[in-house]
Amino acid sequence: MTRFVPVKSDKVKLDDYKYGFSMPEHYVYKSEEGLNEEVVLKISQMKGEPLWMTAFRVKSYEQFLKKDMPKWGADLSTIDFNKVHYFVRASDKTEKNWEDVPKEIKETYDRLGIPEAEKKLLGGVKAQYESEVVYGSLLKRFTDMGIIFCGMDEALVKYPKIVQEYFGKLIPPGDNKFAALNSAVWSGGSFIYVPKNTKVDLPLQAYFRINTPNMGQFERTLIIVDEGASVHYVEGCTAPIYSTDSLHSAVVEIYVKKGARCRYTTIQNWSTNVYNLVTKRAKVEEEGVMEWIDGNLGSKITMKYPSVFLVGRKAHGEILSVAVAGKGQHQDAGGKCVHLAPETTSRIISKSISLHGGRASYRGLIQMNKGAKNARSKVVCDALIMDDISRSDTYPVNKVYESQTTLEHEATVSKIGEEQLFYLMSRGFEEHEAEAMIVNGFIEPISKELPMEYSVELNRLINMQMEGSVG
Amino acid sequence: MLKITNLEVKVEDKQILNGIDLEVKPGEVVAIMGLNGSGKSTLAYSLAGHPKYEVMGKIEMDGENITEMSPNERAEKGLFLANQHPVAIYGLTVNSFLWQIYKKRNKEKSSILDFRKWLETQAQALDFNPELLKRGLNDGFSGGEKKKLEILQLLVFNPKYVILDEIDSGLDVDALTKIAKTMAAVAKQRQIGVLIITHYNRILKFLKADKVVVIEGGKVAKIGGPELAVEIENNGYKEEVK
Repeated sequence: MTRFVPVKSDKVKLDDYKYGFSMPEHYVYKSEEGLNEEVVLKISQMKGEPLWMTAFRVKSYEQFLKKDMPKWGADLSTIDFNKVHYFVRASDKTEKNWEDVPKEIKETYDRLGIPEAEKKLLGGVKAQYESEVVYGSLLKRFTDMGIIFCGMDEALVKYPKIVQEYFGKLIPPGDNKFAALNSAVWSGGSFIYVPKNTKVDLPLQAYFRINTPNMGQFERTLIIVDEGASVHYVEGCTAPIYSTDSLHSAVVEIYVKKGARCRYTTIQNWSTNVYNLVTKRAKVEEEGVMEWIDGNLGSKITMKYPSVFLVGRKAHGEILSVAVAGKGQHQDAGGKCVHLAPETTSRIISKSISLHGGRASYRGLIQMNKGAKNARSKVVCDALIMDDISRSDTYPVNKVYESQTTLEHEATVSKIGEEQLFYLMSRGFEEHEAEAMIVNGFIEPISKELPMEYSVELNRLINMQMEGSVG
Repeated sequence: MLKITNLEVKVEDKQILNGIDLEVKPGEVVAIMGLNGSGKSTLAYSLAGHPKYEVMGKIEMDGENITEMSPNERAEKGLFLANQHPVAIYGLTVNSFLWQIYKKRNKEKSSILDFRKWLETQAQALDFNPELLKRGLNDGFSGGEKKKLEILQLLVFNPKYVILDEIDSGLDVDALTKIAKTMAAVAKQRQIGVLIITHYNRILKFLKADKVVVIEGGKVAKIGGPELAVEIENNGYKEEVK
């Protein structure tokens, strides 16, 4: 594309990743590089886990060894499992007051704006630093309603029965190599239980931070929304920029019971040296609603396809996903909806933006099993390519085994138009401002679904990407 | 003054303009007329700095050479192009776009609420449905709505010089009258220099031209007063340019 002359280089800010700072490493415990059964046992022992969990970990580790690397998606050949620290304990316990959190860790979260956001708009917060949750809070009125929001490790101690009933049932260790890895070395993550007919009217947020180089973060999240209840859970993630790679591989399991609602929002903004390989799945019962809102801005490689299993009549699943792939990034994202009951409905809206040689792929599955009579699904998949060196791919798969169903698929690929840029620039906006306006407009159907503060943050992150793009 | 000296413009190696000289003073209305393909729109776009056009010669605004400036730098200096075919930007609401233009153009800012109120009165005065302010920019707008929005943007932008590129094409009589009258009033009140490109004398009945310039084959073929537009309407270009 013709560039608009002349670009003044002093006007262009190249500061791009605001969260790239790091703190000195002060850990209580850090496992040696590499993975073997001893490391797995040591993690379990340090946490004082029940026997069934230790056995679960060991079995999962065996499956991890047996499983092949997924070869159908992004290029993962550069991951060296022997270079990763699988467990880093930064603090001895989870604090209830920010004042009690170790100084450097607290400073990190201050700079990320978490305590401030907590005061303004959140019902509860979990802050995970390295492998474990270092801070946790929940409004008293929510505690009084019987709502549980705690770290996954804490849940295993306090609510062993519920955990054993649900943990690893929706995503068994054998699901894929990274689910097996997570199951073997998992640490941290959130546990949420919302009792029947209870509405959590403020979002609950978890914030994940990696500080140590070559760190592997393997949090495990389990959410159970009981009949007629509702909750909105938000997660954010960042890491410092190091020249070596870190690995983030989470597993998230969600149970949405009859008539319940769960919205799970992710703003993933890892630094571009993080592999982000995450398995997320929700099971939705009769008339339940599950919504995944998934923003992928950071990371080196992301492979993530939040899925919904619609098992009850009239269950509804929704996946709204935004991916921005910049220089050196491959965002391989999408969603899966599996219809297993009559009158189930689903919708996937995927918007991807690729620039500076980045690559964005949409990978999706819609499956309608025999008996899913009158199931309906709609997939809208739009890609915006900002320059000639960037790439966008779409890999939709539809498996329909029931004849009385409706499935719509729309896909568009557009390049950012010179006429659009000129039009906006002739109103006095610089090229990167014009680009950001077009891009923010492009993702508006999704950003409008976010709470105001997050939508502002998403727009700000995109503006920052665009600023780096001129010149 | 907007001063154009010996302007030559090429598009993809094809010469479109062959040395145009033109002046627009503050508060003055200059009409550009000419057959299809005579180079009128090329003139509009190259003045606004569209990167597709290769430009030689000189464009000056109030004594400053803007020939090499990017579109946004020209806009910052106070040049505004009302497009013949405004493009759509999905998801960018008109309200937010206009507010951003306002913020760019004004050092002292009023509150967003006061701005919105002011905007609604301006929209109503133009018979522009205020509901459209909540929609995406030009997204699904009719021809007339797009043209009215160009004028609304112009009012927010508050330019020194304006290029109206066939603002009258595709408009019904009511919309045309509204736009022309608004433009005439604003140009007079704010002393804006107006370069209006048109095929028809109709709009010039309400937006009176001080000068009418006929372009043919990328050159100025004839300059006259407002009567020239009337003569062209009656007799056609061939008669008048001879």
